[in-house]
Amino acid sequence: MGTQDNNPVVDQKNKFSSDMFERVSGSATEDNEKISAPSLSFLQDSWRRLKKNKAAVVSLVIICIIVLLAFAAPIIAPHSPEAQITEHSSLPPKVPGIDINGLNGTAKPGVERIDKYAQVNAGDDVYYLLGTDSLGRDLLSRILYGTRVSLIIAFVAALFDLTIGVTYGLISGWTGGRIDNVMQRILEILSGVPNLVVVILMILVLDPGITSIIIALAITGWIPMARIVRAQTLKLKNQEYILAAQTLGESPWKIATKHLISNLSGVIIIQTMFSIPAAIFFEAFLSFIGIGIPAPLASLGTLISDGYKTFRFLPHLMWYPAGVLCILMISFNLLADGLRDAFDPKMKD
Amino acid sequence: MKNYMKYFGMRVFYMLLTLFLIASITFFLMKLLPGTPYTNQEKLSAEQILIMNEQYGLNDPVPVQYLSYIGGLFVGDLGTSFQFDNTPVSQLLSTRVGPSLQIGFQAVVLGTFFGIVLGVISAMKQNTWIDTLSTLTAILGRSIPNFVFAVLLQLLFAVQLGWLPIALWDGGFKSSILPTLALAIAPLADSARFIRTEMVDVLGSDYVELARAKGLSRWGVAFKHGVRNALIPLITLLGPMAVALMTGSLVVENIYAIPGIGEQFVKSITTNDYPTIMGVTILYSAMLVFIILVVDILYGIIDPRIRVSSEGGN
Amino acid sequence: MSNILEVKDLNITFDTYAGKVQAIRGVSFDLKKGETLAIVGESGSGKSVTTRSIMQLLSLNANIEEGQILFNGQDLVQTSEKDMQKIRGKKIAMIFQDPMTSLNPTMTIGKQIAEPLRLHQKLNKDKAHDRALELLELVGLPDAEKRMKQYPHQFSGGQRQRVVIAIALACNPDILIADEPTTALDVTIQAQILELMKELQEKINTSIIFITHDLGVVANVADRVAVMYAGKFVEVGSVDEVFYNPQHPYTWGLLASMPTLETSNSLYAIPGTPPDLLDPPKGDAFAPRNEFAMKIDTELEPPMFKVSETHYAATWLLHEDAPAIDPPAEIKARQKLYKEKYAALHSKGGNL
Repeated sequence: MGTQDNNPVVDQKNKFSSDMFERVSGSATEDNEKISAPSLSFLQDSWRRLKKNKAAVVSLVIICIIVLLAFAAPIIAPHSPEAQITEHSSLPPKVPGIDINGLNGTAKPGVERIDKYAQVNAGDDVYYLLGTDSLGRDLLSRILYGTRVSLIIAFVAALFDLTIGVTYGLISGWTGGRIDNVMQRILEILSGVPNLVVVILMILVLDPGITSIIIALAITGWIPMARIVRAQTLKLKNQEYILAAQTLGESPWKIATKHLISNLSGVIIIQTMFSIPAAIFFEAFLSFIGIGIPAPLASLGTLISDGYKTFRFLPHLMWYPAGVLCILMISFNLLADGLRDAFDPKMKD
Repeated sequence: MKNYMKYFGMRVFYMLLTLFLIASITFFLMKLLPGTPYTNQEKLSAEQILIMNEQYGLNDPVPVQYLSYIGGLFVGDLGTSFQFDNTPVSQLLSTRVGPSLQIGFQAVVLGTFFGIVLGVISAMKQNTWIDTLSTLTAILGRSIPNFVFAVLLQLLFAVQLGWLPIALWDGGFKSSILPTLALAIAPLADSARFIRTEMVDVLGSDYVELARAKGLSRWGVAFKHGVRNALIPLITLLGPMAVALMTGSLVVENIYAIPGIGEQFVKSITTNDYPTIMGVTILYSAMLVFIILVVDILYGIIDPRIRVSSEGGN
Repeated sequence: MSNILEVKDLNITFDTYAGKVQAIRGVSFDLKKGETLAIVGESGSGKSVTTRSIMQLLSLNANIEEGQILFNGQDLVQTSEKDMQKIRGKKIAMIFQDPMTSLNPTMTIGKQIAEPLRLHQKLNKDKAHDRALELLELVGLPDAEKRMKQYPHQFSGGQRQRVVIAIALACNPDILIADEPTTALDVTIQAQILELMKELQEKINTSIIFITHDLGVVANVADRVAVMYAGKFVEVGSVDEVFYNPQHPYTWGLLASMPTLETSNSLYAIPGTPPDLLDPPKGDAFAPRNEFAMKIDTELEPPMFKVSETHYAATWLLHEDAPAIDPPAEIKARQKLYKEKYAALHSKGGNL
């Protein structure tokens, strides 16, 4: 059958010192099977993976900073967001110690660049870091307060999505049978209604305001959460360890809290993280079409909407709030993406 | 086939049920609304209001109004607008469907096409700069609200460069470019992301490896075996895309002054034109429900696994 | 018989987050025309990587660090992707482990079989269809005409594997690589598929590389057996030699852990786990699990010792200075059987 001449074949007579052929005691089986890596819980492991995702970590930091600034608005805002100083209206941004056009209080309405602050006789110590609007309100303060309103709406709406959606999905998926069937039909009918329409109708009925926007968003927002939780519950229900727990006589309540919720936590966190930017967007959208937060309260959406009305003459009034909104949205989306990859690299949408 | 028809029948039944419920709920919600339909009420005498109420059927008891409204829906009658001198809502909307459909259609086609291209390329060139670029586009497209994007486009191409009209709708292609772009960013981002995940999945599958073992090139496999299988589930994105387009059209049509459904809807909301609001609500719902149905049927036709298993019931 | 394939000193590594994994560490073997070589080993021993390197279908993070894969004298390692595409499916074909997932779910069976024919033999649609039909009949699928138009989910696992075999044999390849082709199938279907492969091999005279972790399958199909451990071949020989005169303690372990009719009490299990190939141990990789390990095993890698013209094993136990050891009873019984058979054959002047 031919020779095996490709392999390095050594003559049996090669000499080694005789002790080389002493038997060594031991198949080191025990050492061999020791697992050297520390054991990590599901959340610890996910957190470790999330930390490796630079975009997600940066996003998390940005979100934390924005949230802190927004909720500290009453302390750090340089002016009252509602104080109208009519003589200081429509001023461009002016930052102390910086002399770059656009940030030094000058504007170029015609051919020549003029110092707007000097024009309105504002004192040398008057600075509006992001300028003022047409009523003389400080934009920075309004953005800080507006971000706070937008975030409150988003967080509370997301909390509603979470509670309603998880409860509905759990009940539907766990009980199964006819109840599940009916609950699914209801979901099917609800998903035939564009959320836009529901939200607008609800706001018309409830009068615009923070509460009505939250209610309107909560009414539609929980549906995707319910779907995902149901699908995941169905999948988990048929897993052997749940069956094992049942056979061992664990109570359904304990199974739900101990086995289901802990295994669902991944999808729930991810879905919540996606519903926050969705709520931020919807609030801004409603304000933009004129049925959002009523004046004098401001949200990022109303600031953008107001800014848009004058954006060809005072573009900064629109771009700064729009920038904050975009940064928030991008950060939340990146963080949600990162969380999804961290919890389950194979999970889609 | 019999099973399939039964399934189809059920779907149509649910579709009609959904629409009926939406129409009913909308109707009663509208009845709850405060305020009056007449714009300049203070100029009207009590007598005039009475006559107008009579004319709009607002003096009838609510159940009668309800029945006549639902009955009207069956013959395509959506009631009469409180504004615009008694124009029927259906007529009002029908003149506005054209521009909205045109822009929506262009945006979906443009967005999904480039989304697919981007998604396929980034799946094939995983972890290269082009992949990063496409992921970035998808994130930006998902994160930047379309009204901000619309204003950006307007500022850049219309105000600064002056290449395209700022907000002038003449039904021509040129005036539709900017609104189409503003609306296309969302479907582009969504489909790019979706296709990338699907393609990565498909490219890692055993049948793709077998196809490679047959002697097909990487791109050959991607096109003959990959793209088709990745595209099938993309159909399910049509429903959410339609909703996103409706939402988007409200702001984009306003920004570019397009006489479409969205612009009319916003106008009606701000003027309390309840019959028109109801009309748009029902129209939007009907469109969405119809799209969901079409997606369901299409999916069955395109995916042989579903197609055959439903025939297998014979 | 001439060698159709010669693999020389193949070294393959994989880049992972944790570092470089040395998946294949100096593998050499040859394959003769018309023979079946079985490569046996546990999961992660490098069987599949070896075959995928022959197809040049390694994943992107794999590097062939060293070595040659000579197919009819042509080094496949140096062959361009474009030329490889002309070899894959035409000269070297492959059957995969899981027939449930290795067919495209949205393409008809007929089209999938016709694909390599249209690609390599440039057949037109009708001719490819006719040939595909022939192939389906060849692999024993009844009602072939109707089945051509069906989709994979309408086939059972065994039927699908027949389809995969039909695809692999479409262009009468010189080498057929079968990567655990029966692992995912029921035992009764396994036998049918093995039978089919043997039958077809005789018909088209192809060489087969048969990857498996199931020694029971090997005895039925293979002419020669190579035992793989931790990215190396540890023992190569004819089926009789490896089954009845095994030399390497790992082979002993594999054989002892296989149930036979004589197995009365509990089955033997090789203690421990395979080494971490991120950082392979010094010396013999099997030493930590080897109850016959010697000091030299922990210091020097054993070379291939020659047992007979066709039989080689990489263990220091074959060195002349090595102390005599007492192999497990099971192995001694096998070796005794082998000696009797060998003696009988020799007295008749026969050959193995």
